[in-house]
Amino acid sequence: MNDHILLPEGSIEKLTTTLNLGPTHPATHGVFQNILELDGERVMKAVSTVGYIHRAFEKLAERRPLYQITPLTDRLNYCSSPINNMGWHITCERLLGITLPKRVDYLRIIIMELSRISDHLICNSIVGVDSGAFSGFLYLMQFRELIYEIYEEVCGSRLTTNIGRIGGFERNFTPRAFEKLEQFLATYPKQLKEFENLFTRNRIFMERTIGCGAITAERALNYGFTGPNLRATGVDYDVRVHTPYSSYEDFDFKVPVGTTGDCYDRFLVRNEEMWQSLSLIEQAYAKVKEFKGAEAEVFHADVPAYYLPEKKDVYTKMEALIYHFKIIMGETDIPAGELYSAIEGANGELGFYLISDGGRTPYRLHFRRPCFIYYQAYPELIKGGMLSDAVITMSSLNLIAGELDA
Amino acid sequence: MPLTNEIIQQKLIDKFGDQLIDWVQPYGMLTFTAPKDLNLKVLQFLFDDTELKFQFLTDLQAVHYPDSKGAELAIVYHLHNLTDNIRLRFKVFTDINTPDVYSATALYASANFMERETYDFFGVNFTGHPNLIRILNVDEMDYFPMRKEFPLEDQSRVDKDDEMFGRG
Repeated sequence: MNDHILLPEGSIEKLTTTLNLGPTHPATHGVFQNILELDGERVMKAVSTVGYIHRAFEKLAERRPLYQITPLTDRLNYCSSPINNMGWHITCERLLGITLPKRVDYLRIIIMELSRISDHLICNSIVGVDSGAFSGFLYLMQFRELIYEIYEEVCGSRLTTNIGRIGGFERNFTPRAFEKLEQFLATYPKQLKEFENLFTRNRIFMERTIGCGAITAERALNYGFTGPNLRATGVDYDVRVHTPYSSYEDFDFKVPVGTTGDCYDRFLVRNEEMWQSLSLIEQAYAKVKEFKGAEAEVFHADVPAYYLPEKKDVYTKMEALIYHFKIIMGETDIPAGELYSAIEGANGELGFYLISDGGRTPYRLHFRRPCFIYYQAYPELIKGGMLSDAVITMSSLNLIAGELDA
Repeated sequence: MPLTNEIIQQKLIDKFGDQLIDWVQPYGMLTFTAPKDLNLKVLQFLFDDTELKFQFLTDLQAVHYPDSKGAELAIVYHLHNLTDNIRLRFKVFTDINTPDVYSATALYASANFMERETYDFFGVNFTGHPNLIRILNVDEMDYFPMRKEFPLEDQSRVDKDDEMFGRG
């Protein structure tokens, strides 16, 4: 059966069509360019071009004291900036040998899991939009707004958060932050359930996503997949479990896995991860509430050389003024060392490879961005599929241009 | 018996002898240096060995040390054994004038972009790479920006040059 136009022999017309998808195509949700070679509507070949929003973060980081690198990490995966921020703080704390009070760890888990939810809900609802179901997106989007309001209560900003500091948080959570958190915990599960009801067993959605953009576990591992995309192929690798950080070992949660590694499995894995994140937040919040007295007010570790003193102390205490000056001017030497530290970002293993030669700034800092590494599988994922499957595969991989290009 | 850094080190020494040097364990991660012609052999051995099973390439990047003459560029591989959950790092050093290193793309599909990125920023020439072109920078660029000869303004400088503040 021929599913494309037949050209007479010797025709000068090209048998295939070259289509430029991106860099600013509305279906690509970011600055991605793919030059597709199409046979009818079938993708024969794809060439990806990346780098449109490269901002030289690794170079910039070589001239910045540790605390000034946090805003750079915001702009990697901007759908879940707090995870990147925490990942960077955890890297610094490992380098400096700082141990955190448990309450800080639990507060961090609340923030990290909230941002995992905000990342996954965007990804999953966008998969819905790309397959033609717009309302699920609207139902979930209001909860990203609520999550952003919680960030706002904690750090004052919403998208590029710069949340937390080396050693803890910049300020304690306000009662209003906890109020909003309770509101989120009370209302989100119902909405997520409704979202799942709309999608999970929806015939149209299943037909659209099952078997689309599939990859086997072996190929996924060979391509360096991590995170939900790897777990959708059936490999239960999760940094939170394999190398626990920020006291994840104190919590009880499941690592959902799929079997086929297609768009549908990725969707299911992300949905289930949102439920797991909700449970993690509930557990962490319960643990936070258990702290009594002075312990309930702890929001940072005692590391004066890296953690800014309170402003009123800066005006009245000599020592605080000195530390304040040294931190702001970036005059604290960091210990020499070489460290690779990874956390589970929303897209997979977010790694920081830091080499310090004992100066005030890193000698070399490399970000292992999960997006960048698994994006190279994209041509293989869409080869042989329909053009519309290519679009849906891209959104279900959750490619974030900022993370891709660093 | 769980795999430990010592077992890995022993197995590698049994196989490659004293060609592998600089065994250290910063922050618990086994680190060593291999001669640059051996990088693929080491990778292949770590991949194939039934006990080691380092079959996941976590990360690959380069570091520039302008002061160590003849070994200016270090290419750093981070490998992960997902079965035993143990990580390993190894480096190969190369002269900056002949920065030719064998490509790992045949072993790891993930090495493709990572090697292109390393080439883009440091100019490491990965022999055998199917498509070694710039990836994040513009194609017309004729230098390798992450090398240390291109410094940024030092925000943590000690001289406090007034010119930098517009008062010079």
